[in-house]
Amino acid sequence: MRAGSYDSVLALAVGAVLVCAVAALWLSSVRGVVRVLAAQGLALGLVALLLGLHVHDTALVATAGVVVGLKAVVIPTLLRRVAGETHSRETRPLVNVPASLVAAAALSLLAFSTTRDVVRLVPTGAGKLVPVGFATLLLGFFVLVARRKPVFQMVGLLLVDNAVALIAFLITAGVPFLIELGVSLDVLLGVVVLMVLASRLRADYGEVDLDALQELRD
Amino acid sequence: MSGPWPAATQLAVSTLQVGGVLVGGPLLLGLTRKVKARLEGRTGPPVRQPWRDLRKLAGRERTRPEQASWIFPLAPLVLVATALVVAAGAPLVAVNPAFGTSADLFAVVYLLLLGSVALALAGLDTGTAFGGMGASRALTIGAVAEPALLVAVLALSIPARSSNLPAIVSSSLAHPIWLASPQRLLALGAFLIVVLAENGRLPVDNPGTHLELTMIHEAMVLEYAGPDLALVTLGESARLVVLLGLLANLFAPWGIATRPGAATLAVGAVTVVAKVGALGVGLAVFEVFMAKLRLFRVPELLSGAFVLAVLAVVVALVVP
Repeated sequence: MRAGSYDSVLALAVGAVLVCAVAALWLSSVRGVVRVLAAQGLALGLVALLLGLHVHDTALVATAGVVVGLKAVVIPTLLRRVAGETHSRETRPLVNVPASLVAAAALSLLAFSTTRDVVRLVPTGAGKLVPVGFATLLLGFFVLVARRKPVFQMVGLLLVDNAVALIAFLITAGVPFLIELGVSLDVLLGVVVLMVLASRLRADYGEVDLDALQELRD
Repeated sequence: MSGPWPAATQLAVSTLQVGGVLVGGPLLLGLTRKVKARLEGRTGPPVRQPWRDLRKLAGRERTRPEQASWIFPLAPLVLVATALVVAAGAPLVAVNPAFGTSADLFAVVYLLLLGSVALALAGLDTGTAFGGMGASRALTIGAVAEPALLVAVLALSIPARSSNLPAIVSSSLAHPIWLASPQRLLALGAFLIVVLAENGRLPVDNPGTHLELTMIHEAMVLEYAGPDLALVTLGESARLVVLLGLLANLFAPWGIATRPGAATLAVGAVTVVAKVGALGVGLAVFEVFMAKLRLFRVPELLSGAFVLAVLAVVVALVVP
């Protein structure tokens, strides 16, 4: 692959990860957000694949396979199952959609202005894209705090996880395969636990509203 | 740009562009209506029907509301004039039309804004309920759409190191690798949404109905009749052509004439007509499958466009 086209395809894939994070803020239906999350997993896998092919690292290519399988297929399926019974939408987020989109613009500017030094540390072409990873990270945190429904908060958590993986890929051309596998399994376990918790809450109280769980009772 | 262009050629290009936008605008409206009708299983009016309507309107008696001030007859003229000034300088057929050096990004966006503000003032001028409602809605949308448009084109101007539209087009022709960069795709997304909003197309406003509770643009121009209405329609269609032509040439500049000469200019003219026609057909197909957004959801869509544009600028600053 020629150097120029490698750079631009990598930039496109990284840009797609960021756009998916914005779309997760934009959409209000669970179904749409989960689809966006799957697309982001796919884009993340593409980033890993491109980096792996570029540095001829078979472990990184294998990681790409794990990432796609887990983040684009397994976790979205699990989330869809959590949300499946109710066609839920985020009806009253803490921050409304136009305001949170403007906040997203501000957060990405913040990410790009604060990561100049990190960019300078990494001399490779991929290192220039690190600010995009940080912007995705901040957007994930924003989804986590601005939405009320637990499914959306899980999505926020997964956005943060995807962003951390993206930053790791871009800075170090991938962490060792075993560590990536361990982290991925942790995330999967976390999602399963949250899923069980959410379905138990719904079975007991009918509706899952984490804001209602403020105080202890007998 | 290869060598200086003869002034006569530049003038010819500008004349061609202005004439083409003027004649092609109503034809584009006719084309989109025809495509929509066919997709919905109707025969639809012929493509030149908008021109016939314009001729009929132009022949009617000039009637204006009694309460209207001088703003009311002026607004359609301002609308047509701003669209045509942009058409004279924008890189549509060739990269170097006569007023090309002044076709700055800010100048173009604010000329287009001037037209919409004039129309909104005219809507307020007559003091009717519908006019005021339409004007307030149009400005609510415009207030978010214009900055998004500005920032989206700004993202394109960063790699070109110039905010001059012809310079942006010719430098992206010189670097085809830029065409697939993430900032261009982000800016394209923002630009597409703004084109729909600015021209009152479907997810924002329905161009086919006069439904009193939802209309935006039609409410604003409800008081116009006869020759004035013909001018408003002409101005709106010219604006649609200019925006679609800019969209085509900023994001897919192939075929535009970069050298003076009859052959290259002919190729440039044919490709820009083909591109705008294809975009018009695409618009019609999109509108068939699209439902109108609730008015209160429109700011969400447009602030999304604004965020895409800001991200495009930010990415353009990072990825050289």
